[in-house]
Amino acid sequence: MEIPRHWRLKKQRYGLVGNVCEACDAKIFPPRDICPNCGAEVKKDFAFSGKGEVYSYTTIFEAPSDFDESAPYTVALIKLEEGPLVTAQLTDLGSQPVEIGMPVEMVTRRLRQDGDERGMLIYGYKFRPAGLAA
Amino acid sequence: MTDVVIAGIGQTPVGEHWDTSLRSLAVKVMLAAVKDSGGLRPQALYVGNMLAANLSNQAHLGTLLADFGGLRFDDHGHKAGIEAETIEAGGASGGAALRQGYLAVASGFVDVVLVVGVEKFTDKVGPEVEAAAATAMDSDFEADQGLTPTAQAALLARRYMHDFNIPADGLAGFPLTAHANAVGNKNAMYRKAITLEAYQNAEPVSDPLNMFDVAPNADGAAALILTRPDLLPKDYPHPLVRIAGSASASDTLGLHNRPNPLWLPAVQVSVEQALKKAGKRREEVDLFEYHDAYSIHAALCLEAAGFAPPGLGWKLAAGGSISLIGQIPCATLGGSKARGNPGGATGVYQAVEAVLQLQGRAGQNQIPGAKLALIQCLGGPASTAVTHLLERAGDQVTGY
Repeated sequence: MEIPRHWRLKKQRYGLVGNVCEACDAKIFPPRDICPNCGAEVKKDFAFSGKGEVYSYTTIFEAPSDFDESAPYTVALIKLEEGPLVTAQLTDLGSQPVEIGMPVEMVTRRLRQDGDERGMLIYGYKFRPAGLAA
Repeated sequence: MTDVVIAGIGQTPVGEHWDTSLRSLAVKVMLAAVKDSGGLRPQALYVGNMLAANLSNQAHLGTLLADFGGLRFDDHGHKAGIEAETIEAGGASGGAALRQGYLAVASGFVDVVLVVGVEKFTDKVGPEVEAAAATAMDSDFEADQGLTPTAQAALLARRYMHDFNIPADGLAGFPLTAHANAVGNKNAMYRKAITLEAYQNAEPVSDPLNMFDVAPNADGAAALILTRPDLLPKDYPHPLVRIAGSASASDTLGLHNRPNPLWLPAVQVSVEQALKKAGKRREEVDLFEYHDAYSIHAALCLEAAGFAPPGLGWKLAAGGSISLIGQIPCATLGGSKARGNPGGATGVYQAVEAVLQLQGRAGQNQIPGAKLALIQCLGGPASTAVTHLLERAGDQVTGY
C-alpha cells in the first residue's frame, strides 16, 4: 500500500498536469523542477489537452504482479499534441488494429488495485482512439 | 594517476541456482578471483547488484558479503571487516561497481579492490520478478502504467522497425550470434546454436519481440581483483590486462522523456570518453561486449557507439560482422542472450569474459591476438551507460 504516493500523483493521473517553462515555453510531462530543455527552474503548472497520436505500442502478456489480472493489455508511447511523449495503456480498442500515428485521446480509467480485494482502487490516464465519444 | 590492472577473475555458471543462496554464489566467485590473482588481499569490496532488496529481501550486501567472505583487516590485530558497499545503477550496476573500484585504485587511496557482481533472480518467480525489474524504470510514470522493461524494449523495437523499414526477422542476427558463441562457454546458460527458422517461428513475448529477442533473467555472480601493477605477486601467471579507459554517463530515466528514443546519447558519450581517456580509436577495438538484454538494445548500442549509422546496426548482425570472425566480434562468449542475463552482475561478467579474451584463455571462442576490448553495460535503455576499455598490456610485465 502506497497511499501517500498515489495521493501526490492525483493531478497528473486525473488531469495530465505537467509544467510549462516560463523561460523557453517548453511543455513538460511528467512535472519536474528543472526544465530539461533550457535548465531554468520550472514553477508553472500546465494541463495537457490529452490529445495525441501513437508513437509506438506493444502488448504485455507477462505482467507485473499488480497488473496480472489485466493481462494481456496494450501499452503505448503517446506523442501529445503539445510535444512530450507519455507512457500509457491503450483502451476501448475493440477490434480496431493499433497503428503508429493513430490519433488518440486521454480517458480516466482504473489502472489497478493496490493490495488485496480491500485495497485502494487506483485510477489514472489511459488513451483511446480519438472520436469514439462523438 | 597510476595504472590499474585486473589481476584476478572469477565467475559462476549463469542459470537457475535454486539450491544456492545469493551470499554463497557471491562468496564462491570472490574466493576464485582472489586465488586467480595469486592471493592478493582486498582492502575494499564493491558489490554490483540491482534487485536483492526486492527479490531476496536483502539490502546491505557490501557488509553481508565482506562478512561471509571473511574479508577482514589483518594488520595490527584488528578484527574489523574491510570497507564494503553496494553500487546500484539498474542493469549497469556491475559496470558501475567496476568503475568505483577503478577510481579507488587509480586515486591511490586503495591498493587492492575486490569487485563482485551478483544477482539472484530465482528467489521470486513470474509476476513478482516483472514487478521487481520494473522498479528500475520511472516508478511513478512508467511502472505505474503497467510497463515492464521488456515491453519498453518492444516499444523501441516497433518504432525502430517502422522508421527504418526493417524486416520482421531483422533483429535475428543478434540472438543467432549470441547462441552460436555460447556453445563454447561452459558458464553459459544456453549452449545451443539456434537457426533463423527457429527465430522466425518463435513465440512472441511483447510484439514485435519474440522469446529470442529477450535475454533470460538468471542467477549469477562474477568477481574481479583490481590493483596496481607494482603490487602483483612476483610469480603472477597471466598476461597483464589494464583498464585503459573508464567512463559512465546517464540519460533520462523515463524513455518517454527523450527527444529521440532511438538514439542513446549515454552510449555515445561514454564510448567516446573511454576511447579518449585510453588514447584509442574505435577501429583499434578487437571485440565489443555490448549490452544485449534485448536485441533492439544491441542494435541501438552499435549505432550510438559509432560502429554503424542510425538504422543500420541490425545489418552488422544480419551480415555476420559481429561474429567471432567478423569485423567487430560481439557477445563473444554468448552475451546476456545466451550466457544468460544476471542483472546487476552483467557488467562484471563482461569484464571477466574480456579478460579471458585478452589473456588468450577464451578456448574455442578465442579472438586471435585480441589486444583491446570494449565492454559496456546499460541500466534500462541506456538510462545509465558504463563503458570500459580493457587492454592487454603486452607480454613484458613492467612495474616490479
